[in-house]
Parts: sequence; C-alpha cells; structure tokens
Amino acid sequence: MLRSPIVAGRTARLWGVFGLAASPAVRFGRQQHGGLGSPSEGQYDRLYRGHIPTSPLQKALLAVGSGVAALQDPYRHDMVAVLGETTGHLALMKLRDRMKSDPEGCSILTERPRIRLSSLDVSRMSALPEGSLGREYLRFLDDNRVTPDTRAEVKFVDDEELAYVMQRYREVHDLMHTLLGMPTNMLGEVAVKWFEAAQTGLPMCILGAALGPLRLSTSRMQKLVTSLGPWALRSGWQARCVLSVFYERRWEQSLDSLREELHIEAPPLTLRATGTAAPAES
Amino acid sequence: MAAPLKTFGRKVLCGYCHVLHKGLLCRIVASSPSSLVSGSRGYSAGSEEKSTHFGFETVPEGQKAERVYKVFENVAQKYDVMNDAMSMGIHRLWKDTLLHIMNPQPGIRLLDTAGGTGDISFRFLDYVQSQRDRQRRRAARTNQTVSWQQIAANYTSSDTGPGESRAVVCDINKEMLKVGKQRAEQQGYNTGLSWVVGDAEELPFDDNQFDVYTIAFGIRNVTHIEQALQEALRVLKPGGRFMCLEFSRVSNPLLSRFYDAYSFQLIPVLGEVIAGDWKSYQYLVESIRRFPDQETFKGMIEDAGFFRVQYFNLTGGVVAIHSGFKL
Repeated sequence: MLRSPIVAGRTARLWGVFGLAASPAVRFGRQQHGGLGSPSEGQYDRLYRGHIPTSPLQKALLAVGSGVAALQDPYRHDMVAVLGETTGHLALMKLRDRMKSDPEGCSILTERPRIRLSSLDVSRMSALPEGSLGREYLRFLDDNRVTPDTRAEVKFVDDEELAYVMQRYREVHDLMHTLLGMPTNMLGEVAVKWFEAAQTGLPMCILGAALGPLRLSTSRMQKLVTSLGPWALRSGWQARCVLSVFYERRWEQSLDSLREELHIEAPPLTLRATGTAAPAES
Repeated sequence: MAAPLKTFGRKVLCGYCHVLHKGLLCRIVASSPSSLVSGSRGYSAGSEEKSTHFGFETVPEGQKAERVYKVFENVAQKYDVMNDAMSMGIHRLWKDTLLHIMNPQPGIRLLDTAGGTGDISFRFLDYVQSQRDRQRRRAARTNQTVSWQQIAANYTSSDTGPGESRAVVCDINKEMLKVGKQRAEQQGYNTGLSWVVGDAEELPFDDNQFDVYTIAFGIRNVTHIEQALQEALRVLKPGGRFMCLEFSRVSNPLLSRFYDAYSFQLIPVLGEVIAGDWKSYQYLVESIRRFPDQETFKGMIEDAGFFRVQYFNLTGGVVAIHSGFKL
C-alpha cells in the first residue's frame, strides 16, 4: 500500500522538525564539504553578526535549558538572554508591527541606532540641565555603576529585523530604569520587569515578573504589591510603545515632559540606589 | 572518457609545474582531476598554502592549530562537566575499557598525549596501584613464614604510591593542564605524575622512552595525524604499545541516525546552557564526522609503522580503541 504524498510529506516534515532528516548544521556542512580554501563561517553570521541558526527542536531545548539554568543561578545573564530570544518570537513580531505603525518607530527600524558608551557624547550630556533625559540617564549609570556595553548579543532569533528589535529592547532597558526612576536593586528590577511585561508581552519578562517577587523580603514585597506593582502595570498598559522612541534625539527633553508624552505616571515611591546591581536584568 | 580527461588535467597542471613546488604537484597529478576542485586538501592557484578541515569549515592549515587551541581554552573549565552531560557518564566506561585493554603492569611508563585534564593518567595510576596491591597480597599469601631480612626490606621499601610507574600528561593547551593539575591535587595524585606542555606533532621527548602511548579524544584535533603517529612511533620503546581512543563511525544505520540527531541537536544546546559556548561544541560534533573511520585509521596506523594493529568498537562504533605495537 503506497503512502499518499501528503502523508509522506508531513512525516518528512516531522522528521525535519526533530532534526533527524537534515539538521541545519549537517545541511550547511554538506554544502561546505566540497569547498576550496576560503575560510568563511558557513553556518554562522548568515543573517546578522552573531547569528547562530537553530532548528525548532533546538530552540525548544534551549528555552527549557536556559530557563532551568537561569532559575538555578540568576546571575547567568546570558541564560536569561537566551530564554528571551527563544521564546519571544510572537511578542517580537507584535512589537515590530507596533514600531512600524509609529512614524518615530519606523525611523528607528530604518536607521538602527545602537546605544553604546562610545556613541554617547558624555561631556555634552552631563552639561545638560537637571531633570533632562540625558542628565538623568548619566546619573543613573553612575549611581548604579552600570554601563550599556554589557548587553549580550542576539544569537538565536532567525529574522534580522526581529533580532534588531530584541537588541533594541535590551539596550533601552537602562532608559526604562531612568524613565521609571527605579534603581537596579531587586525591587527596582522587579518593578521594571512588571512594566516591561505589560508593555512588550515577552514571555521572558512575564516569567521574570512572576518569579522575581519570590526573592523579595516581606517589606519590599508589600511595597511592590501595594504601590509599585499596580503603578508599573498601569503605566505599561497605557504607555506608548517605548521602543518606538528615538531616545538618542531626545537627550535635552525633560523627564517629566517625556513621561507625559509616553503616558507613564510618575513613580509613587522614590527608591534609593544601593550601588549593587541585582541579578537577572534583560 | 576518464582517461583523456586525466591526460588533459595532467597537461593543464604541468603548465603550473614551472611556478609551483614539484613534489606537491606530482601527488595531486597522480589523483583524479576532480580532487582539485573538491576535498578538504584543496589547492588555491598561485599560493602554496594548503587548507584543511575545522569541523565542516575549511581553513588554512596554519590556522587550524590556533583555532583548536582557542576552543579548548574556552571549554577547559567546564570540560569534565560537559563530558558527563554529553555522554551521560558513559565516557567513564570508555576510559575504563581503554585501561582494561591496556592492562598495564607496575613499573611501566605511560605517555598520555592530549591528556589535558588527566582522566587517563589517573586511571592508569589507580590500575597499577591495584595491580601492585594484588601482587603483594599474592606474595603475602604464599609466603607465610617471612624472614627478618624480608620484613626489614618491606619496611624500607614500603611506598604506597605507584612505585616506578610514571605517567606523563602531555597537552598543547596550558588551560587544560591547569585544570588537570587542580584535579590531581583534589583527588590526591601527587606522585608518579608529570605535566608537560607539548605538541603531539612534535613531542618534547627523546626516542624510545615510553612503554605505552595513549591519546584519548585528542587525535582528531591534530592538524597532521600522520605526523602525530610518527612521533608516537619514535617515542615508544621497542615492544611499546600505541593506543588511541577516539570517536568513530557508527555502522548501524538506525543508531547512526539517532546518534546524528543527538549530536547535532542536543550537544550544542548543552554547550550553550552549561558552558555558555555553542560554537565550540558545534566544532566538536563536526570534527567527529570529519575523522576517518575505523578501517581507514587502522590503515594510517599501519602506514606509520605499527604492527598488529587492531580496533575495538565500543557503544556500537560511537568510539573505537585502536591499538598497535612498535617492534
């Protein structure tokens, strides 16, 4: 009895999903196998620098493995990053569409700005008036002793534009802290995570928002549940897409006017920076 | 059809003879013209640099050693954890089997090439230690009435260490040796062990030094395998044994498919999650596929000058132990 072509095709795809027919590595390997001298990375960096192609099975395994590793050791930022990349496909697409429907977001997608310490004009920004975005951002970086250069590169997103959206999300995280007025201690991080979960819908943010409070002391948990949490969620839902804002052109704008423009409420509590960075950021 | 093609190819090549090294060219002319445009030992026109494989990538030969060094520098700290995770602990059984086949007697010298974190050497020391204990117990059993001289001799010569047995761990990578030394300290191996930095293609030892030469999971990373085999022949004493434990070809097609799926799907993921390094473990599984199969490797060992070459397949051919003697 012959199998119908449809069934055969489906089975072949199933094998393919489980990588038993031709895993991407083997496929690329076979293409490479006949080649002459040139030392090119055949399978890496195809869509963007740092890209590693993965099959659906590998993404699933990575998601589970990185989730477990991140829970066991919250200081493994690379595992949190991998978890975000492997689970965030739908949320990234929604984010990208939201950015496209906004004119400023569109310009970000075309110009692809990156936030690096080397690209910031630190002297000019520190000369800006108090309460302006640039000045407050620099103060945030100083007080909490962090730098925007430590963000992990995106590796496992299989679309070049979505990879940029993910990278932008990571780099804008510190600006979120500035906008929300939250330091990098555990409570501040959880508050920002709640905001980001409401804003972006990334599964990694939702997971972090759900599990982060478990590490808080009771007094902090109280603060979170009574005032910070609801404020963060409300702001997250009401706010304009924070990734669509071209921060690099708005350093002179005052924080309050930016918050008003983005529909973000001012923080109900002022938390002091302790100077020690908490685990598991983006 | 093939014959005129071959002569044509030879004519084309002879045109290059004036410019390029003759010896190299003659070897290429002897093989079929199609090998010019395919195969890992490619030849780019105008330059003398040969290329080789680095996993599924093709790189100039000079680069391979450097890239392999970087891979092992990155993985050294998590090497043993990853071995356990990737093979589900089975690598310990493979290494134990290597020792059982070797069956070393007390007093012999071992060269553990690409020994890195010291697994083979530690097992070797344990093995000869247990052999010596067994010998002593046998001697004690048959010798119930001991003379005073023998008791005195026992007291003066009682050493609980491996005695005259010596293991030399040689590796090209200092990070791996560092990790090996730490493990030796932790596990209490302080006598009978030396740590030497050296290249398997150019060993820093005199001729005829060792009774056994082992290279476990190292030879596929060497750029010129034939050279490593020749060096092995050189440093072994006459009557010495060459032993190689290495990943090899799985012959069973069903097992092979699952093995491939497991290798390419799971192992780089494990590398990323446990060691934070996808690419090194991708290289690992690719380099396994590029290594010659059991029979070919056996031929290479025989060509190097070893006798009584045989191989033992373990776990269905996932690893093979090749053994040969210098006579």
